Amino acid sequence: MTETLHETFARLWTLDRDVIAIAWLSLRVSLTAVGLGLLFGIPLGSLVAVARFPGRDALVAVLNAFMGLPPVIVGLVLYLLLSRSGPLGGLGLLFTPGAMVAAQAVLATPLVAALTRQVVADAEAHLGEPLRSLRLSAPRRALVLIYDVRFSLVTAGLAAFGRAISEIGAVLVVGGNIDGHTRTMTTAISLETQKGDLSLALALGVVLMGLVLTVNAAAALLRGHAARAYG
Amino acid sequence: MSAAPVIRLDGVSLSLGGRPILDRLTFDVPARGVTALIGPNGAGKSVTLRVIDGLLRPDSGAVRVGPGRTAFVFQRTALIRASAAANVALALGPLKLSRRDRRERVAAALARVGLFERAGDAATRFSGGEQQRLALARAWALRPTLLLLDEPTASLDPAATAVVEDLVAEMARAGTAVLLVSHNLGQVARLAERAIVLDAGRAVEQGPTRTILPSPRTPEARAYLTGELPWTSYAAAS
Repeated sequence: MTETLHETFARLWTLDRDVIAIAWLSLRVSLTAVGLGLLFGIPLGSLVAVARFPGRDALVAVLNAFMGLPPVIVGLVLYLLLSRSGPLGGLGLLFTPGAMVAAQAVLATPLVAALTRQVVADAEAHLGEPLRSLRLSAPRRALVLIYDVRFSLVTAGLAAFGRAISEIGAVLVVGGNIDGHTRTMTTAISLETQKGDLSLALALGVVLMGLVLTVNAAAALLRGHAARAYG
Repeated sequence: MSAAPVIRLDGVSLSLGGRPILDRLTFDVPARGVTALIGPNGAGKSVTLRVIDGLLRPDSGAVRVGPGRTAFVFQRTALIRASAAANVALALGPLKLSRRDRRERVAAALARVGLFERAGDAATRFSGGEQQRLALARAWALRPTLLLLDEPTASLDPAATAVVEDLVAEMARAGTAVLLVSHNLGQVARLAERAIVLDAGRAVEQGPTRTILPSPRTPEARAYLTGELPWTSYAAAS
């Protein structure tokens, strides 16, 4: 145990290139996925919050349920779609970082959409009528509402990032944990643990925690600074 | 009154959630001065303002408003998390002004309500009185011919109330017709030349405030103005 910890710090100290490459891939994949999740989730959540259409309640229920979508199921479905005989097989995405981004984006989008719907609906309750009174067009009203809740959306982005960076099921299935190509922090930790290289697994764990804490701290600082100015 | 009225409601009825709110409501608001819309809670005053602004569509009857723009200041100030200037500029979006014109109008409106120095400050950090002044600045920037005010001083202290009343009087002097909903009868007496008493969605009495306030003719107006249990009258009507 003591030896393992000793080795862990030794490896952290030297930060071997493999660890950096793995951490960088994890960060790149998850941040891109969160970006896509925000890109699709914010408009979707806002639309559901302000528009009235048949099936809206069902869509809200689906969004809420999909916040807890099991990553391994997403991975499996995406695997079937992206495999050579699947409908999207021609894209050649399976076992590439692109497939991992797609899988994590599928996980992030409903989470962002559901959280966005909640905060935009709350803002709509007290700003909706005044904005209509100002004769703003529907798209402009939606943009104003999104702008009004922008600090709360940082939380949605962080929740999505937390979900993306920490999941293993989806990236393992569609990425394949290929050394130097699709190996992420979570798949590497799992593999090294199984191989018995506990010091590397722990070193990766420390780096992963560091990444999560850094991203959250940066977002909290940004949010705190902006909210102090315009909260 | 020779000029055409700025608002003409003719037999306007509206039910919300199966409950009748407005019942063949008919009245005119002159194109100048301050008109007060008074009456007990639930009489339909706020709904009337929303019908006039087009936020609610009546089930029947005719609503004619204008010419010119209408500005609506709500009971709960509707400010977004942005600077005071951005909150005023928001109203000017649909007007298709040049950037310079917009900036000038925002600055002039903020100066008018004494908030020019605070243009860059967060609106949601303002005190209640400042927020209501900012809401008036937003209305002012639109240069409206008609200003709808829904209990604009309901949650303000006496000093802030006085400031808001002065601003409303100034806007009225500048030529904007004002329709004011208020339970503050002192304020109605100070600001409004005319009053319309609403009860159970009908205009039961209208005329100069200096005659209506001291000596209402109808029992409904008398009940409201003397503070008798007003709900007995409209509960029976609805």
